[in-house]
This record gives sequence, C-alpha cells and structure tokens, in this order.
Amino acid sequence: MLPELSHEEILRYSRHLLIPEVGLGGQRKLKNSSAQIVGTGGLGSPVSLYLAAAGVGRIGLVDYDVVDTSNLQRQIIHGTSTVGKLKVESAKTKMLDLNPDIQVDAYNEPYTSENALRIARDYDIILDGTDNFPTRYLTNDVAVFLGKPNVYSSIFRFDGQVSVFYAKEGPCYRCLFPEPPPPGLVPSCAEGGVLGVLPGTIGTLQATEALKVLLGIGEPLIGKLLLYNALDMSFDFVKLKKNPNCRVCGPNADIKELIDYEAFCGVPGHDHEEGSAGAGLDITAQELSERVKTNHLKLLDVREPHELEISALPDAVNIPLGQLAARLPELDSAEDMVVFCKGGTRSARALELLASAGFKKVKNLKGGINAWAKEVDANLPIY
Amino acid sequence: MPVLRIPTPLRAYTSGQSDVNVNGANISEVLSDLTTQYPTIKPHLFSDSGDLRPFVNLFVGEHNIKDLQGVDTVVEDGDKIMLIPSIAGG
Repeated sequence: MLPELSHEEILRYSRHLLIPEVGLGGQRKLKNSSAQIVGTGGLGSPVSLYLAAAGVGRIGLVDYDVVDTSNLQRQIIHGTSTVGKLKVESAKTKMLDLNPDIQVDAYNEPYTSENALRIARDYDIILDGTDNFPTRYLTNDVAVFLGKPNVYSSIFRFDGQVSVFYAKEGPCYRCLFPEPPPPGLVPSCAEGGVLGVLPGTIGTLQATEALKVLLGIGEPLIGKLLLYNALDMSFDFVKLKKNPNCRVCGPNADIKELIDYEAFCGVPGHDHEEGSAGAGLDITAQELSERVKTNHLKLLDVREPHELEISALPDAVNIPLGQLAARLPELDSAEDMVVFCKGGTRSARALELLASAGFKKVKNLKGGINAWAKEVDANLPIY
Repeated sequence: MPVLRIPTPLRAYTSGQSDVNVNGANISEVLSDLTTQYPTIKPHLFSDSGDLRPFVNLFVGEHNIKDLQGVDTVVEDGDKIMLIPSIAGG
C-alpha cells in the first residue's frame, strides 16, 4: 500500500499532480521511495536539493567531509554560514527547510567496503556523485551485488557524463570501464578544476534519471551514456552493451564481494590534494624555509603556467608535469632539488618520474605551495 | 577524412585541439595517424607492449569498437570517432 498524501502535501506537489505521467499515484510512489546519494559535493548539491523538493520519501547522504570555502563556487546546497560544518548536516538542514515532509538520513562517514552494503541495502536506488575512482568502483559493485540501479554522473572541467548502470537490465560501470586509468593520468577536480555550473547541469540530469527510475516512466539512460561538453554545448549519446567478460556482472564474474578499491585504483578514496611522496621523500614547508637559508636548492614548480598567476615562489623553474618527461634534459640530477605543485599530488608524481630517470636528490614539498602559504608566507593566497 | 573527438583530459597532448582530422581506413590506422601527429598522446592510449589500454574507450558513431571489430573496425570519410575518457569528478 502506498502512503496517502496530506492536504498540505497535495498543495506542495500540485505541479507534479497535474502531470499525467506523475499524478497522485506517482507522487505517492515517490513518497514511498528511497534514494542513497554518495557524495554531498558538486553533483550531490543539486541532486539532493531536487530529490528533496520532488518528495522522495527518504534520502540518505554519505559524506565525511566538512564544508570548505573553495566548495562554494559550485556546491550550492552549502553556504558561507556552514563553512567548517559537516557536509551531511549542512545539506540535511537545507533539504528539510525545502521540504520538511521527507526523511534525511545523514551518514557522516567515508563510504568504504566495510559500511557500503549495510548503508545501501535500505535504499531503492543509489546515486553516484562521488569525486574519485575508488568510490566509483565501490558504488558500482555495491549496486551490482544488491541488484539496484546506479544512477551515475561524473564531471571534469567542462565535460560531463550521465548514465544509469543497472546490471539486471543492462551494463554496469565496469562493463564500460573494466579498469581505472593509471594513477596520475586523469587529474581530479582539486588538481584540474571544474566549471562551477557544470555539476548543476549534470547533477540535474542525474536527478531527472533518478526520478524517472523511481516513477517507472520514460526511458532511463540504461545502456546509454550521455556525454556533455559545456564549451561546445554538445550532447552526444553512445550505446553501451553488457560486457560478457565483466568481472562483476558478466556470466563468468570472478569478483563476488567488495574488494580494496584504493589498492585497485592506486589512489586514495577522496579528492583532497594534500599529496605526499611517501616516507623520506617529503619536505615540509617549515623544513624547506630553513633549508633555503643555508643551502642552494633548485625549486621545480610542476604546475600549469596559468597557476603561477595565482601564487609563485621566486627563483622556481616551471615545467608543467605533462611536459616533464620530454624536458628532463633541462635538469641536473646532481643538483639538490625540491619539487612542488598546488597541494603535493602532481609533484609526488613528478618525483616518481624523476626517480625512474635516475634523479636521487629530489624531495617533494608536502602540501605544495598552499602549505607554504599557510605555514611560511601569509602574503601568498591559498587556492 | 574521419574526425576524432579528443576529451578534455587529453587535449593537453593535442595542442588543445578538440577535434583532430585523422587519416586511415580503420581504427588502427587512425590511431597511428593520431600518434604521428601528436606523439606525446601515445603512452596515454597504448601500453608499452603496444596494446590499446583497457580504460581507453573508442566509439565510432554511437558504437563501441569493442562491440564491433576492435581496432580493425572500418571507418569512412566523415565518421565521428570519440575517445570516451574515464573521469571521476563530482
């Protein structure tokens, strides 16, 4: 039996009730339905706002982060007043203000192989709005194992992708992407940036697909992938088929339970750029500020040239990470060197590249130029 | 000639070009022409042993070459070939 709507709810959802494809029956269906949203960031913002407004009865939010000022260029569910607060709590407050008739479950915890099945089991659909590869593979596998639709979207700079991965009726995420790209090949949004409105465009499409699946109307993007580019204003659709060799949903699947996704992807399950090159290979901003007083050190900045306009260290040589392999002859392996970027992730990759080319006297500035700005030179901005 | 759409993450290796005109009668020849025009993109598409990397998805029109004849898939003048990137931002 579907729940009844109160008079107040009938007024609230009046514009839905007027659409024959939704109507009273559809709205009661939404009230009876539940959705789990992984990530309360760029994509999670519009998705959770619109699902709340639409009257999805129970919405679960999973995120362990706190609101940061650098989120607000795109994460419109949060605000200046909630900087420093838990994202799930900030979002829950906004959603319940928009619609007090729904239930919002806040999971302030990282989404991992330990808790994912337990959390996801109680929801009808899962929405993947996370910001990293390990959590995307985890979200996919959870959806496959529990037999639930995984409404997927992903963004980078000006590009967006949307699909509904539902192994019962079509391909899963792994059918298309059996393996993640090697660490460092695809920059994250924290490293490469993202147009603020892009998650709005893509997230609202993702919310649309979720509502279609919950209502059972229209043609959800099962077996189809939407590719959007904001600069070209292009929408392309491609067809996706089930991969007969898929390791989680194929007939000979050999992955039967959740795995260690950080090990599988070779990157951490979050998008915080606070990179470290590992034990003995890092130098802190404090240590570096002492070292440069007494020793000659070559400073190698592996950021993109346009980032130097934001902040820069005097005397540093700029070779963007993408050009480093080709420009190694410009560097002297006998020289003591410290490599840095914005937060330490790209410079850690640069260190690996330099080490494999025989450079042994190189250190990574832990936390990047942002750590330098925070700990040594307050005149520099943090970005 | 066919046109190859380059996704944003790989445009750093094609001098910023989003659409590259490529010569070739099949995917293998098209990719060979692409890596001749832009050599630094090669390691991002091919492994050291010369195989197309598993995370690289190429579509001719709306079909994945994995569902067609792989790198032997025939392409014609005016065909739109898309490289679909793995992106994870959110």
